[in-house]
Amino acid sequence: MTDLADRQKLSYIAAQAADARLNVELETEGMTLNIGPQHPATHGTLRIIVRLDGEQVVWAEPSAGYMHRGYEKLTEVRTFPQVTTLINRIDWLGSFANEVPFILAAEKLMDIEAPPRAQWIRTILFELSRIANVGLFLGDLGVQLGAITPVFFAFRDREYVLNLIEAATGGRFHPNFDRIGGLKDDLPAGWITETKQVMKKLRMFCDEMDDLLFGNEIFQSRLRGIGVIPADVAKQYGLSGANLRASGVDWDLRRDQTLPMAWDKVDWKVWTHPDGDCFARCWVRLQETREATKIVDQLLDTLPSGSVMAKVPRIIKVPEGEAWVSTENPLGEMGYYVVSKGDLGPFRVKIRSASFNNISIVPWVLRGVYVPDVISILASLYFILGDIDR
Amino acid sequence: MIAVDVPYWAQSLLRVLGGTVAVLLPAGTIVYLFLFKMMSFMQSRLGPMEAGPYGSMQLFAEVGKWLQKEDIQPQKADKQIFKLAPLIVLVSTFLLVAVVPFGPDAYFTNFDAGVFYMLAVSSISTLGILIAGWSSANKYSLLGGLRAAGQLIAYELPMVLAVLGVVIQAETMNMQGIVEHQNAGEIFGWNGLGNPYILTQFIGFVIFMIAVQAELTQTPFDMPIAESELVSGYMTEYSGFRFLIFFIAEFATAGVFALIASVLFLGGWGVPFSWFGWHTIDDVDDWMNIGGPLIMLTKMLVLTFLIMWIRFSYPRFREDQLQRFAWKVLIPLALLNIMVTAILKVMF
Repeated sequence: MTDLADRQKLSYIAAQAADARLNVELETEGMTLNIGPQHPATHGTLRIIVRLDGEQVVWAEPSAGYMHRGYEKLTEVRTFPQVTTLINRIDWLGSFANEVPFILAAEKLMDIEAPPRAQWIRTILFELSRIANVGLFLGDLGVQLGAITPVFFAFRDREYVLNLIEAATGGRFHPNFDRIGGLKDDLPAGWITETKQVMKKLRMFCDEMDDLLFGNEIFQSRLRGIGVIPADVAKQYGLSGANLRASGVDWDLRRDQTLPMAWDKVDWKVWTHPDGDCFARCWVRLQETREATKIVDQLLDTLPSGSVMAKVPRIIKVPEGEAWVSTENPLGEMGYYVVSKGDLGPFRVKIRSASFNNISIVPWVLRGVYVPDVISILASLYFILGDIDR
Repeated sequence: MIAVDVPYWAQSLLRVLGGTVAVLLPAGTIVYLFLFKMMSFMQSRLGPMEAGPYGSMQLFAEVGKWLQKEDIQPQKADKQIFKLAPLIVLVSTFLLVAVVPFGPDAYFTNFDAGVFYMLAVSSISTLGILIAGWSSANKYSLLGGLRAAGQLIAYELPMVLAVLGVVIQAETMNMQGIVEHQNAGEIFGWNGLGNPYILTQFIGFVIFMIAVQAELTQTPFDMPIAESELVSGYMTEYSGFRFLIFFIAEFATAGVFALIASVLFLGGWGVPFSWFGWHTIDDVDDWMNIGGPLIMLTKMLVLTFLIMWIRFSYPRFREDQLQRFAWKVLIPLALLNIMVTAILKVMF
């Protein structure tokens, strides 16, 4: 507990005190409440068992697995090109971003690299799926807190992004566009100008959200100082993505590692926030959406010409070996550990999905908060059920 | 000019029509115009378009849907009380309409403690909500019911205090009398507009509308319902026509509170008496019995627009923030308002 803001310290002490009070004043009978599996605030089928003292949470435990689809096992009976169809469905809001780390891992094993144009387009689509994902988060945040209007704006503007993804890849939600060694197709005609217009619209959408939600006093009072996660605790629980950056840790895999992608070719900023509370997490995501539109704009300006596919054999056999590649996905760090025995398909794939690690902090951060704050904390941690249960 | 001289049957007919206008039309029009269409336009979408021209028959479609649904009761619910709860909430709304005047002779009852009665019956709905929350045998319902009880009690007080300023100024608790005082009144000798209390009791009006928002459990104060956390609060276990009754009660009450606010602050059914050379309520022409309800309807639509506008714009408070706002901001402000009103009343 070093180098913390006062607010963080107070929240930490309050959580400890709530814990102690449970032990001392156990005479009062608490109430066990099942939040989920069917509950509007869990975006799907996450179950959180909370023990309440009045409206105060004294103990909480997330219970995942209601939507487990066994993707790690299923990949073993697919060939390498078939796997992208499955892993599209892990984080279903930003699905193109799921394909990239797996393809990069396979390429690493085969020792090939996609041509520059493919790298650029991959990065553009990656950032577009980030916008589609986080843009919806911004609207959904309002619904969780009782403001029903922002979500319609979010859906309206997300539609433009999905149309772009559809125009380029053919699929709105599950593009399945990434290939080992490059991409399936080049961009369609007119796509670049249209994307630039949409990026302009999305920057306006971000400003709108800034006005509608982030500038609202009620919104701020619901989020500021709630669910504070200090930096050291965040690291211990393995948080990643915006949740970690909101605790003041300057860590972004797009910048901090060298991948055959185009992020290092453009000028952008990694946003962090010192507070670590719910507001910080939401604010960092808002800023990230703005950065993503800038990244896309710059990449479109510098798009190199050439082929979008490297020379790969018609039947892909990945040489024996092991590879780990992780990228900064919309929800946080997502990585694939691929083991190949030289067959058509992988021998074993371990998927590290961001939400699974991000909700591991739920028992710690929910202790001592009130029931309405449970909702704001869960909303600000931002998980996708497919990403937890995969 | 003497008081209106119409036969008893005509008076009764007028009152029945007034009742229809006061209860059914508000519920209908609010749901039609304000919930569906206005909310849709604010959220950049069209809203219902299929049922009838521009979706205007949507309410009938919804009522038909709800009436077809199974009436589910939880196994452990307290059956009798569970069935009773929605009716209690609805009855509170109907009792409220009884004292609202719509014209010089178009009223249900006209008695001297009208304001007092209005404040008393408006809290009956709390009872219905509380027993709905308790009898559902559901933890979410229980939390919602208890929140509702705490909230409605907290906001009853600022509402009473806000109305007190009006009562001091009008020197009567009779609703009809308050209307007369506003339209026959004058502001420092100028009687061009009468004296609608929204001008002289502006703080009272704002406090009253905030308290109404909380009383109706509309959005900045919708903790008892809170769809995203308590699923639907005290209404969680209700389905079919019992849910429909809650639903109608919610929007009809919004309309009725808007009517009451327009009586207390916007001059009610009247037009400034000076425009037509009237002096007291006895001078008012008969046509005001037709014109009055229309004026009331207009004012009600304006105020419900306000209520719904706020509802669709704001996120909700947390329970403790909401209580703090009531006890630390609204009540002191209302007390200050009463003090200032009383001093000015004595001085002028």
